[in-house]
Amino acid sequence: MSGNRLLEGVNPTSPLTLSQHLEVHGTLAVPSTQANASWSEAMLAELATAGLDGRGGGRFPTATKVAYVASQRRRARMVVNLMESEPASQKDSVLATFAPHLILDGAQVLAAIINADRVVVCIANDNDRVAQLMERAINDRRGLKERSMEIERPQGRYVASEETALGHYLDEGVSLPRFRTTRPSPVIAKSRVLLVDNAETCANVALIARHGGAWWAKGDIAHAPETTLVTVSGAVQTPGVFEIALGTTVADIVQLANPQGAISGLLLGGYGGTWVSAAALDAPYSVAGVAPFGGNLGAGIIIALGDDVCPLVETARITRWMANESAGQCGPCLFGLPNMADQLEALASGRHSARADRSILDLTDVLEGRGACAHPDGVIRMVRTALEVFADDLATHQQARTCGRVGSKTYLHLPDQEDLF
Amino acid sequence: MAKRLLTLIVDPIKCDAYGHCAEIAPEIIALDPWGYPIIRGAVSGAAKAHAEMAVRQCPRQALSIKASAVEANRRVGSTRR
Repeated sequence: MSGNRLLEGVNPTSPLTLSQHLEVHGTLAVPSTQANASWSEAMLAELATAGLDGRGGGRFPTATKVAYVASQRRRARMVVNLMESEPASQKDSVLATFAPHLILDGAQVLAAIINADRVVVCIANDNDRVAQLMERAINDRRGLKERSMEIERPQGRYVASEETALGHYLDEGVSLPRFRTTRPSPVIAKSRVLLVDNAETCANVALIARHGGAWWAKGDIAHAPETTLVTVSGAVQTPGVFEIALGTTVADIVQLANPQGAISGLLLGGYGGTWVSAAALDAPYSVAGVAPFGGNLGAGIIIALGDDVCPLVETARITRWMANESAGQCGPCLFGLPNMADQLEALASGRHSARADRSILDLTDVLEGRGACAHPDGVIRMVRTALEVFADDLATHQQARTCGRVGSKTYLHLPDQEDLF
Repeated sequence: MAKRLLTLIVDPIKCDAYGHCAEIAPEIIALDPWGYPIIRGAVSGAAKAHAEMAVRQCPRQALSIKASAVEANRRVGSTRR
């Protein structure tokens, strides 16, 4: 069985043009500008049958989210989240590079279900390459009878891709999260209720609209069942994005990127994700498969850590970077995350007090759930799992101050960070 | 009929750590090391009057009381494994 569904038939050198795309995937009929209740209901049922979840990291059931937006009285607007703000993720850019029309097809399907007035594609303002590709793809479709599409360029920063931050940007040009007293609550911009879906989520909707939810979940002779895009990096020779069948073992996925040396652990999901031990290499890559190892899939990121670096140093590096990426709106995040980074740096470099781990864990308890967005909670999750998975390294640091591996080598990509180690 | 919980909610973007709330309603509000409020449990019994006063007295209007089963500020139990 082929592993590729989203990346089926792509050219290695250029994006699929609209006609090539239609040749590979077939045509797609979407009610163009009028609401069509029976079509919408049927399509929503297919999304539910498929069981598609959000690929931006939340993994929330897409059908539930779409139905929630559709139930609002306000006129809706479709927003494609192509921000890709996780520094270790490349999957959405890869998808946009090779199969831009699959993303736009899915956006049109979702827009039709909620009878949106138009589609907005959000691309970070530091990602001109992808913006140009998507612009060209949108221009290609001018002849199609479909809802109008435009590109918006919010700030390229970590918290800017959170859905309330996208709403805030589209409303007032400010790329900062907003606080919601109840959840779920609609995201509103310019008096439109927004349906915000990740680019890979949209591309999967395009497949479901063509083949149905049952096909999407089960596959056929030529196609694997549910696939997902993963970005593999770290202690590997050929980092990259791969489309894999859900349930492939983590080891087989890492193998695609040619691992180098022994792996001491893996960071799954992103910088606000979860560390898992090397034992998780045997796990099937799925929500249920990695759960027993304390892992989550997040935005499809897998970072292999080589055993020649100190995992506590790497954890401190991520924490500092994430602290710097705070929007600075909420006290617990603004003051708590830099303090956590200070403590982790002390622990990693041997300047720590006797029970530094206890003090760090207490701080995670103090901060949990107290930001307007989930930014601090992501860091907390990453730090807690690090102290658990790397308990042996922690013990070494507590007995001998350091493990002797504190150095400049790192397996993490941290944009614009001055390194303290 | 399910009992609806009253919960004190902090808008962390509005909050500027004046700390008045923790003086007015110490039963359910503690302060973190930087002076920002931590809500401990639901609003009930004698604490209700204090909680309502804290809402009124907040200089940043960052507090509100919500009746709901779902809490926006999830402080019930730690997710630490």
